[in-house]
Amino acid sequence: MEIVELTVHELKEKIKNKELTISQIVQAYIERIEEKEKDVEAFITIQKEEALQKAKEIDEKTSNGGDIGDLAGIPIGIKDNICTKGIRTTCASKMLENFIAPYNATVMEKINEKEMISLGKLNMDEFAMGSSTEYSYFKKTKNPWDLSKIPGGSSGGSAAAVAANMVPWALGTDTGGSIRQPASLCGVVGLKPTYGLVSRYGVVAFASSLDQVGVLTKDVQDCSELLNIIAGKDEKDTTSVDVGKKDYTTSLKKDVKGLKIGVPKEFFAEGINAEVKEKILATIEEYKKMGAEVEEFSLDVAQYALATYYIVACAEASSNLGRFDGIRYGYRTKNFKDLKELYKNSRSEGFGAEVKRRIILGTYVLSSGYYDAYYKKAQQVRTLVMNEFDKAFEKYDVIITPTSPTTAFKIGEKSNNPLEMYLSDICTVSINIAGLPGISIPVGVDKDNMPIGMQIIANKFQEETILNVAYAMEQKLKFRENYKPNI
Amino acid sequence: MQVSREEILHIANLAMLNIKEGEIDTYLLNLQDILNFANIVNNAPVEELGITIGANEAKNIFRKDEIKNFSDTELLLLNAPAKEQNMFKIPKVI
Repeated sequence: MEIVELTVHELKEKIKNKELTISQIVQAYIERIEEKEKDVEAFITIQKEEALQKAKEIDEKTSNGGDIGDLAGIPIGIKDNICTKGIRTTCASKMLENFIAPYNATVMEKINEKEMISLGKLNMDEFAMGSSTEYSYFKKTKNPWDLSKIPGGSSGGSAAAVAANMVPWALGTDTGGSIRQPASLCGVVGLKPTYGLVSRYGVVAFASSLDQVGVLTKDVQDCSELLNIIAGKDEKDTTSVDVGKKDYTTSLKKDVKGLKIGVPKEFFAEGINAEVKEKILATIEEYKKMGAEVEEFSLDVAQYALATYYIVACAEASSNLGRFDGIRYGYRTKNFKDLKELYKNSRSEGFGAEVKRRIILGTYVLSSGYYDAYYKKAQQVRTLVMNEFDKAFEKYDVIITPTSPTTAFKIGEKSNNPLEMYLSDICTVSINIAGLPGISIPVGVDKDNMPIGMQIIANKFQEETILNVAYAMEQKLKFRENYKPNI
Repeated sequence: MQVSREEILHIANLAMLNIKEGEIDTYLLNLQDILNFANIVNNAPVEELGITIGANEAKNIFRKDEIKNFSDTELLLLNAPAKEQNMFKIPKVI
């Protein structure tokens, strides 16, 4: 097996046994990126020289008898809305095209502390607003399974880079499905942790009450390892929660005997592609054979949650993006006579159409006369969604649904119809609305050989449960051995 | 709810955005489409329910208001679109 095909836990073994040096690993990845980037277009910034230099330093340290941690030298890709000190952080926007973050996000501090090596910053929808990565100002990332199709979004660069073996794993962010949906469409594992498990400090804010940093990996074991690194209370993020130090890798036991699985029938109704539905239901049958108890139930929140999501997320975005005014950082127009014109023209020229659309929608639902009809109502619906999940988790350990209603669609198919694009998030947004953890794992492919992802949801801070349930199925299905993108 | 051209221009102005004459109809159509869909929240059974503003039970955390100097002024100012000495430069306000 080639170096770039290995998982991180496999790489760690080979480093430990002195079968591979860090330089060999990083060199292999750089070559892979140089070969495939023109097809996949996953990166906004590639940190080639810096990565090779760091690899050399770590190898020298080891050969001089120095002590290095078990993740030292492991490459990683970073979504480009996570601030990296001294490295461009663009959010895939013209607004931040030349923005050099003056500090690191807390998750980056944690990655650097382990001496992991960033290979670069990954493409995304502008300010994480989108489900296809077509709204990036810089480039359209392609799905490695079919280059004429979208990789999903907004963490499309992260998902495509992992699927195409251009990085062994990556960080992403998820506000309404932005890790799980691209993971599903690219056939990789994507975890959105419970709101508050991972610090959001230094992550460019889209919708603060929904945003969460998470991971995209080749398998569930890597997912647990990377979660170990990034989880934890941070005094710089008051919404982060102290749940104590956990080792998520110890939760992977394969055993699902007696596990209670709830299957919400509304998530398999109209609008869900027949092949997707069939594959997920067949996988749930496998859990039954493994000793889990499966029950269908009603969780009639998906439509409400999606509407609520677009109201709440846009309202928060309209406020969060107020900071981009062309004064302290970001794009400044050349065309202005006074301060107001400077603000307006900088914002109008710096933001793309989808971002402006969402700012306008957000401003609308927060404005006098519409606040009660939309924003306040959406906040009440948020309570309803949370209550419904609370009730469900009294009966079930996990809830299983498709991650995305369809497999990857063609580039350009939905980019001119915002509402249709929004419907791609129908299975994932409720989880952000309720602040729950959710994982997507690949469970098969459709007739066009495009991956199908299954979403496993648990109650707050029950990451161990979903990781174990995901691991059990991964070990049974052996997706990575059976299916590969043709790239 | 029906959105008018005047309303969308007013909202864009509040959000400090210009909409070009040729774009107004597209923005109107998109916004109307999304709002029609979002109206579904008005059918949700929520009469007795309170509002939720965050995903977890956040409470205020107080700490001493200590002044810390950010040492890397240079790196901060590197991003300034216009500067003079160590200050951000803006057009005349008064």
